[in-house]
Amino acid sequence: MGAHAHAAHADHGAAHHEHHHHEESFISKYVFSQDHKMISKQFLVTAIIMAVVAVMMSIFFRLQLAWPGEGFAITNFFLGDKWAPNGVLDSNMYLGLVTIHGTIMVFFVLTGGLSGTFANLLIPFQVGARDMASGFLNMLSYWFFLVSSVLMIASLFVEGGPASAGWTIYPPLSALPQAIPGSGTGMTLWLCSMAVFIVSALLGGLNYVVTVLNMRTKGMKMTRMPLTVWALLITAVLGILSFPVLLSAALLLLMDRGLGTSFYLSEIHIGGEALDNMGGSPILFQHLFWFLGHPEVYIVLLPALGITSEIIATNARKPIFGYRAMIGSILAIGFLSFIVWGHHMFVTGMNPFLGSVFVVTTLLIAIPSAVKVFNYITTLWKGNIVMTPAMLFSIGLVATFIAGGLTGIILADSALDIPVHDTYFVVAHFHIVMGMSAIFGMFAGIYHWFPRMYGKMMNTRMGYVHFWVTFICAFGVFFPMHFIGLAGAPRRYYDYTAFPMFDNVIDLNVVVTLFAITGALAQVIFIYNFFYSVFRGPAAVQNPWRSNTLEWTSPVKHMHGNWPGKIPEVYRWPYDYSKPGKAEDFVPQNVPHTDGEEESHG
Amino acid sequence: MMTLLVLLVIALGIIAVTQMARVYEITSKLRGKREEEISPADNRMNAKFMWIFCVLYYAFFFWLLYAYSDKLLPVSASEHGVVLDDLMYLNWVILFIMFFFTNTLLFYFAGKYYYKKDRVAKWYPHNNKLELAWTIAPALFLAVIVITGLKAWQDITAVAAPGTPEVELYGKQFDWTCRYPGKDGQLGATDFRLINDNNPLGIVTAASVAARLAELQTEKDATAKSIEAGYDHLPADALTKLEHHLGKVSRMMDRIVNLRTMMEQDIAANKEGSKYAAGSDDIVIKEFHLPVNEEVNLVLRSRDIIHSAFLPHFRAQMNLVPGQGTVLKMTPTITTDSMRDIMANPEFNYILMCNKICGASHYNMQMDLVIEKKGAYDAWVAEINKKPFEGAPAAELPAADGTVVSDSTVQIVKDSTAVAAVVTPAGH
Repeated sequence: MGAHAHAAHADHGAAHHEHHHHEESFISKYVFSQDHKMISKQFLVTAIIMAVVAVMMSIFFRLQLAWPGEGFAITNFFLGDKWAPNGVLDSNMYLGLVTIHGTIMVFFVLTGGLSGTFANLLIPFQVGARDMASGFLNMLSYWFFLVSSVLMIASLFVEGGPASAGWTIYPPLSALPQAIPGSGTGMTLWLCSMAVFIVSALLGGLNYVVTVLNMRTKGMKMTRMPLTVWALLITAVLGILSFPVLLSAALLLLMDRGLGTSFYLSEIHIGGEALDNMGGSPILFQHLFWFLGHPEVYIVLLPALGITSEIIATNARKPIFGYRAMIGSILAIGFLSFIVWGHHMFVTGMNPFLGSVFVVTTLLIAIPSAVKVFNYITTLWKGNIVMTPAMLFSIGLVATFIAGGLTGIILADSALDIPVHDTYFVVAHFHIVMGMSAIFGMFAGIYHWFPRMYGKMMNTRMGYVHFWVTFICAFGVFFPMHFIGLAGAPRRYYDYTAFPMFDNVIDLNVVVTLFAITGALAQVIFIYNFFYSVFRGPAAVQNPWRSNTLEWTSPVKHMHGNWPGKIPEVYRWPYDYSKPGKAEDFVPQNVPHTDGEEESHG
Repeated sequence: MMTLLVLLVIALGIIAVTQMARVYEITSKLRGKREEEISPADNRMNAKFMWIFCVLYYAFFFWLLYAYSDKLLPVSASEHGVVLDDLMYLNWVILFIMFFFTNTLLFYFAGKYYYKKDRVAKWYPHNNKLELAWTIAPALFLAVIVITGLKAWQDITAVAAPGTPEVELYGKQFDWTCRYPGKDGQLGATDFRLINDNNPLGIVTAASVAARLAELQTEKDATAKSIEAGYDHLPADALTKLEHHLGKVSRMMDRIVNLRTMMEQDIAANKEGSKYAAGSDDIVIKEFHLPVNEEVNLVLRSRDIIHSAFLPHFRAQMNLVPGQGTVLKMTPTITTDSMRDIMANPEFNYILMCNKICGASHYNMQMDLVIEKKGAYDAWVAEINKKPFEGAPAAELPAADGTVVSDSTVQIVKDSTAVAAVVTPAGH
């Protein structure tokens, strides 16, 4: 198949070549671009803007949690007198902010932003393809993403406020505007935005899978693919299989809201009247939601793990330890992620036996995860570690993956889940293991591939400051939350002062908020560094990190088709770092074996 | 003014950092240094930071443990909670070992093996034995966790023995109500269509059905009259609205008539054993008492949306799902008084809180729970049994005044023989 694809490719490439000489207009180059590199940059910048919004929201509600009932000029400045009279956050808006913060972070930053950026950038480059299988669908994928982002932001400004039923939007709360003002227009926009987002994710995902399977260059066997591509491939498969289920859940919810159906509603008396709805089940929604929701965790996490596998090997100047085991664990995690969703529902009254099954499947995931951690650590062992900012963030990812993964074992154990379910313990757990790990992976990827994306270098010193402040603050914010949760404090509470039992631990909320503000400010350094370097950064060389993968064989200046001549042929796996008998400590994939050299594999 | 100053300081700080980076950038440009070339000094510095961070990380962790581990939840006040606490402890031991082992290796290696030009990284692409070892080792740990966990889970979720006393916990935005079964020991049937001011839980009795039907009939007649009166001059959409309302009221009446038939048939078949005959002596009350050392089945029901009954001191939690009942079984083991002694806090109360996001006042949907000795509990029940659901108008139901509740329990402590005298809630 490899040779076949290659032949097809060469033709395609030649055709592209002639095409290339046309001068492109601004619109087709920067706006309606079908080039994977430009689309990747579009995803990244959109995600950065969305992330800024989500981080600012978190600061507003962290201020309220640390100093409940106190007014803050900044809160009032951004939210106005309606939602923050005298700077005191309104309790409905508090829930709205919590909801939209979660939604934006999970879907727009860590799914759209992370997969969208790096799958687009790396898949064609690293498998040796001139572009995605369908540039047009790829362009549509970005534009649907942008439309859904705009819809989500627009929902902040409607009467009644944005959706505020939590990012998991459980009905009946999300179905009935009588229950909470955010379940009016705000929720309708939320659902429409997500529907459009899902279209974007599916168009992107199909493209990624087809490109990886059909468009690899000659010699690029599946077992010679970089782990980034493996991770992005499995991520795309997870998305394709699980997002349609969320779409159907959202459509059914829209029908319950607008057309009087009863998929999720039954025997409800609210706002002084009994509703007509009979026979539905709110638990059905939870099953559908988490059937996406759990794979979603790995849709967020796997690309980050793929990115750091690549970066750790490159910068430790060592092959990734256990390459095949790493692929195996990605596959195992991907498969298992589909049969664990019930662990979010241990206390919903779901059949306890079913709960036990989910306990077993969930804890099984810990095995491939542990394998990954040990393989990372062994890769560092006796390496020759170059401390680039990307490498620091990758090491940071391993640390957060350990800290957050271990507490997951408590939550996966249905019996132990009972006292900590829906408390701050959960908030701490998923922010560390999913939020921090994924965002560290994303930062690592940005620092590492910035020269590839923009042909410029980011400032290393600012990168160091950014990493260390972010790293310290990540633990400063989320570590104390475990203790708040173990004291029994529920999540999504606007104020804890009504409960004397929390007086002992609630001073930790001040610690958390101070770290959160510092951590948020550290991101200003990153944003400055990013945009300054895009325009004024020093020019990059072709292969700054002395890396093996194919993207570094393409010229610094972007061009249609990625390679001026033939697509490079691949002769070896991507991890020949410090291979004995070689003059350099890296051997790129397109370098043939010398006489008598044995092909290495993990 | 203060905020302005703070913002100014923040802005200056950011400018300072970026300017320092600029200066560094320009000087390194002058020295001909490139961004991707990490200097030996930088490698060494970051490597040292890895070790320093690891120490700080552990220090922070131990400080949190030292400062807060005795401020978390007190000893469990339920039978299964003790098991869960032990299990949690076992898990923590396993997880702490893993935590320190992996983090120490990670940060030690990251700090030790920083780049040196004359060193070559070890060529070590794989080792099947090692990989097998760290696939099997976690699997063994996990087996312990799964087996012990599932054993506890099975016991906690096992169906209670028949005849276990039932108390209903009813949640709505944003408060809790309890229903005790009354003299017959059985909770009566409910239907959400019967809910009105006099029947907040929708208990089904012949009288409540009749009253609700009469109420709806009045509403129906009034609506029909408005349609008739406004047929000529009301705008079309207002008329449509009225007609819809009329339709809805009629449908509801039909369903309640069906319910009445069902009730009558069931009572005819099962006589006193029918759940439709059990409602009139139920007690609807905004106080929550349970006896110590007795297993109880909390029957959970929601009026509007999903709530969650969270009893952190008992390590117990279960959602309330509209349209389907859920059950939470537990055995309290420590009375409120004893817990006050344990915590050396005479103000202490067990608390029931909502733990599933349910709207603007979710954060304050709470109710105190009183655990008392058998004698005191029986006296309290005898007292509330005097005001059953039927025969006690809503206005005279015991008030939901938190202070009265705690006052009466304090007095029970002092003189349990005089319980009957003092437990009578205020308002009488």
